[in-house]
Amino acid sequence: MNVWRRCLVALLLAGIGACEREDRPFSDLSPLRDGERRDPSHFAQATGASHTPRNAFSVSEGQRLFDWFNCSGCHGGGGGGHIGPPLTDAAWRYGSSIEDVYRSIADGRPNGMPAFRGLIVDQQIWQLSAYVLGLSGRVPQGVNVSRPDGIGVGEPPVMRSEQTPHREQVNL
Amino acid sequence: MIRASRAALGFLLAGCSWQQGALQPRAPKALAIARLGDFFFWIELVVWCAVVGAAIWAFSRAARRDRRGDEPLAAPSDSQQEHKLSRAVGASTVVSLLLLAVMLVASIATGRSLSDFGASPPVRIKVTAHQWWWTIEYLGRSPDERVVTANELYLPAGQPVELELTSADVIHSFWIPNLDGKHDLIPSHVVKTRMVAEKPGVYSGRCAEFCGYQHAHMDLLAVAVTPTQFEAWLAGQRQPGAEPRTETQRRGRELVEGEPCALCHNIAGTRALGGVGPDLTHFASRATLAAGSAPNDREALARWLRAPAALKPGAQMPAVPLSAADLAAVVDYLESLR
Repeated sequence: MNVWRRCLVALLLAGIGACEREDRPFSDLSPLRDGERRDPSHFAQATGASHTPRNAFSVSEGQRLFDWFNCSGCHGGGGGGHIGPPLTDAAWRYGSSIEDVYRSIADGRPNGMPAFRGLIVDQQIWQLSAYVLGLSGRVPQGVNVSRPDGIGVGEPPVMRSEQTPHREQVNL
Repeated sequence: MIRASRAALGFLLAGCSWQQGALQPRAPKALAIARLGDFFFWIELVVWCAVVGAAIWAFSRAARRDRRGDEPLAAPSDSQQEHKLSRAVGASTVVSLLLLAVMLVASIATGRSLSDFGASPPVRIKVTAHQWWWTIEYLGRSPDERVVTANELYLPAGQPVELELTSADVIHSFWIPNLDGKHDLIPSHVVKTRMVAEKPGVYSGRCAEFCGYQHAHMDLLAVAVTPTQFEAWLAGQRQPGAEPRTETQRRGRELVEGEPCALCHNIAGTRALGGVGPDLTHFASRATLAAGSAPNDREALARWLRAPAALKPGAQMPAVPLSAADLAAVVDYLESLR
């Protein structure tokens, strides 16, 4: 009896834990009624900094967008680095929190990183940021991308061990 | 006989729409498949009648014996009865095997005739399935003749075209039942086939392999027109997007170029050069929105732009926050792209 009860509790906990992982926020990002203005923090709260790195759907959407918006053109397929810096290692020039990554994408950085604010919808920038964190194993393993979209881009992010971020010095 | 079998099947499927159906072939390949279906139908009908007839005969025989007060039927007692029974079972088995072999041969012969290609036709069309829409690309003889559109496949009636079918993400299936059988589309694998629509007309098709949340909203319209109309249509599609004529249309174009729209969609002749969403160069000439999710009119377009997730949950188009006036301007501009 005791064993059963424990199993039940474990199952419920697993279910609760999986809720956020499986959440697909399709509708609460969209309807903006006539004349309605919405605080950007609404999106951040609903689908941004706190939510995306714990949500498998967001991280895998980030993977799709990484190719769609040609991030892979500079940072390489799977973020392995090309004419832009690799995103899979532990070296971070501009901070390693998801907010820092968001700012890098939205506002751009020196030496070639363009600003995408206004060109990519806010929600999608958060998804991209979560995917970029996942490239160095810095989202929970149960959430990280387990199957790359393309062929031959190396091991999937879920196989990578978590990197400890350190600040990379750059001479500009 | 063929007509009678179609009528019989038609009676069974009376509730279905007739615009799209494998029972109304409008192309040689669809006809071959429909003929095979007829052939199977008649064989199966005869077998079904024989089996059901035998069962009814056996039951009624038992009932008659019961009424007469005879002994109920028991297992065969002597070897002669047993011999008779096993002969009957053996004969039915042989007949079943023969019929199955005939059906197998007919099926293989039809399959072979479907993949029997002649000389390469001049019109080559590349169809790429996406979650949840179609890119239609007319390859032309040289790159300047290339035309890209979405969700509407224009065909010259009576002329064969070569189709190159593939998928950009997951496994889809290309199916226009009136014209051809299904073709499964595997990512990074190109399926080549021929298609010919005999007469002008509109034939609807769809994705026939479950491909995710909006699989049901992944329609494709095959529009067969006369070869002259087809050439005129192609020439029109090669033109860049219409220039805005009013002030709101101009404002709409500015917004499309400056807002996130331009990163995914292409409108030839503008700064919108994205390549991942449907090409919008001649958007207003298409009949539906979002692969058959809604008619392409101003009201539905405004609804779609304001909240794509409300019309087609899971669609990969995000909502772009726009004021009511800006939204009207974008709608105005897009609906001018004839």
